[in-house]
Amino acid sequence: MIQFSTDRRPSFLKEVIEHTPRGERLVHCIQCGSCGGSCPNGADMQYSPRALFALIQADQRDTVLSANTMWCCVSCYYCTTRCPQQIPITEIMYTLKRLAIREGSARNTDAPALAQTFTRYLDAYGRSFEFGLASRFYLFNKPLAMLKMGPLGLSLFTRGRMSLRPTRIKNIQQLQAIIQKAKQLGDEP
Amino acid sequence: MRYAYYPGCSLECSSAAYDMSIRAVCDLLGIQLEEIDDWNCCGATEYHSLHKLTACAVIARNLALVDSRLNQVVAPCAACYLNLKKVDRQMAENPRLAEKINEALAAGGLHYDGGRVRVRHLVDVLHTDLGEKAIRDKVVRPLKGLKVAPYYGCQVVRPYNDFDNTEYPMKLDELVSWLGAEPVPYPLKAACCGGHMTQISEAQAFELIRRLLQSAVDSYADLILCMCPMCQLNLDAYQSQVNSYFGLSFRMPILFFTQIVGLAFGLEPNALGIGKEIVSAQPVLQRRLAAVTQ
Ligand code: SF4
Ligand code: SF4
Repeated sequence: MIQFSTDRRPSFLKEVIEHTPRGERLVHCIQCGSCGGSCPNGADMQYSPRALFALIQADQRDTVLSANTMWCCVSCYYCTTRCPQQIPITEIMYTLKRLAIREGSARNTDAPALAQTFTRYLDAYGRSFEFGLASRFYLFNKPLAMLKMGPLGLSLFTRGRMSLRPTRIKNIQQLQAIIQKAKQLGDEP
Repeated sequence: MRYAYYPGCSLECSSAAYDMSIRAVCDLLGIQLEEIDDWNCCGATEYHSLHKLTACAVIARNLALVDSRLNQVVAPCAACYLNLKKVDRQMAENPRLAEKINEALAAGGLHYDGGRVRVRHLVDVLHTDLGEKAIRDKVVRPLKGLKVAPYYGCQVVRPYNDFDNTEYPMKLDELVSWLGAEPVPYPLKAACCGGHMTQISEAQAFELIRRLLQSAVDSYADLILCMCPMCQLNLDAYQSQVNSYFGLSFRMPILFFTQIVGLAFGLEPNALGIGKEIVSAQPVLQRRLAAVTQ
């Protein structure tokens, strides 16, 4: 059933706009469908970006935040450069990912776990750590797939393409102070 | 010619071949790359999905660390290139965001003004700043007969590209032709390699990789040239998994464009990291350029 906001809460449209640089362009969507048509993963999306934007305009917050659309997005920016209305579609996908993760409405995707594992290494070392990332991520999220990853890891390792130890930047305290401050300042850009 | 250099995490290890060949080629061309002291990871696409301001601040630290005497930085990885360029642009366009990022940077004693540093990709530097004559002059081993599929991927050509066409880029094609090699028409040259999907959703990632390999085969390419470590890793390291997933038998070598530039300039394959690729490029290089390999 369609529900309309009756209280003084800002609309979902406004929320998405406020969390996205140049997000105000979203109101100019003409529902042309170029975005979905350009998307390499469009066929796997429950709602194309076009349909998702119509749902945002209709204030269907829960439907949008539990959709798989943004989790199919690989940030290729085809939609963004092709959109005739200059809507920053890929950035909006990032906004929806952030809102969905924050509210725990991301379903059937390991993307949030990957993002969390990745950034935890970044926060601790200042560098990403491919071996640690892959092994931790697979161990906790898809242990069975680890078997398949073994041969791949080994062939990278034998070619000197996999390091078993992370690198730490010299001034990690500085980076951590910046990260801490940024987190304090909140998330609206 | 002096540029700041932001190698990015992949070039430290999994794509060391890219770093080696970049440094070797730049040396020969008289391009001085000055690595940003104590740079940190750009966060790839991951931080953007968690926290916008932190994502920007982590990236901006690198821009703030660029030596004040330099105003251009070379970023060879597509994700790093896009991240640095995006934050630089957004800070220039959006004063409120810039102020917040600078508040975060100030906690580490740093500051950055949007627009101060121009972010460049090495294809752009070689094509635009050096140009055809400078490149041709250095070619001692023309790569005659070598058919390559120039693969641009997404994030260098979109959305902040300021040197080539976003739909059908040509600069790498031209660069390759100056080396004597033959760039084949590659319809999917700007399509996506799947990025981090190889970790999250095999079915989606493998289909994107399959299309890219198939398109290169259809164009009779000997190999695919990449300008991003993620693209190279996905197409090269996952090729055998893609083969077993679809019951196919691709054997398409995937090299970095700088490795081919180095070969044409007469550098030794070893010095360019040739041999670190999982699908070996040796057989095809041997066949096409008998004199090139040892
Ligand atoms: S391409 Fe742009 S205008 Fe067209 S439907 Fe998508 S977002 Fe709307
Ligand atoms: S950026 Fe995301 S939504 Fe847009 S075309 Fe690419 S994968 Fe699809």
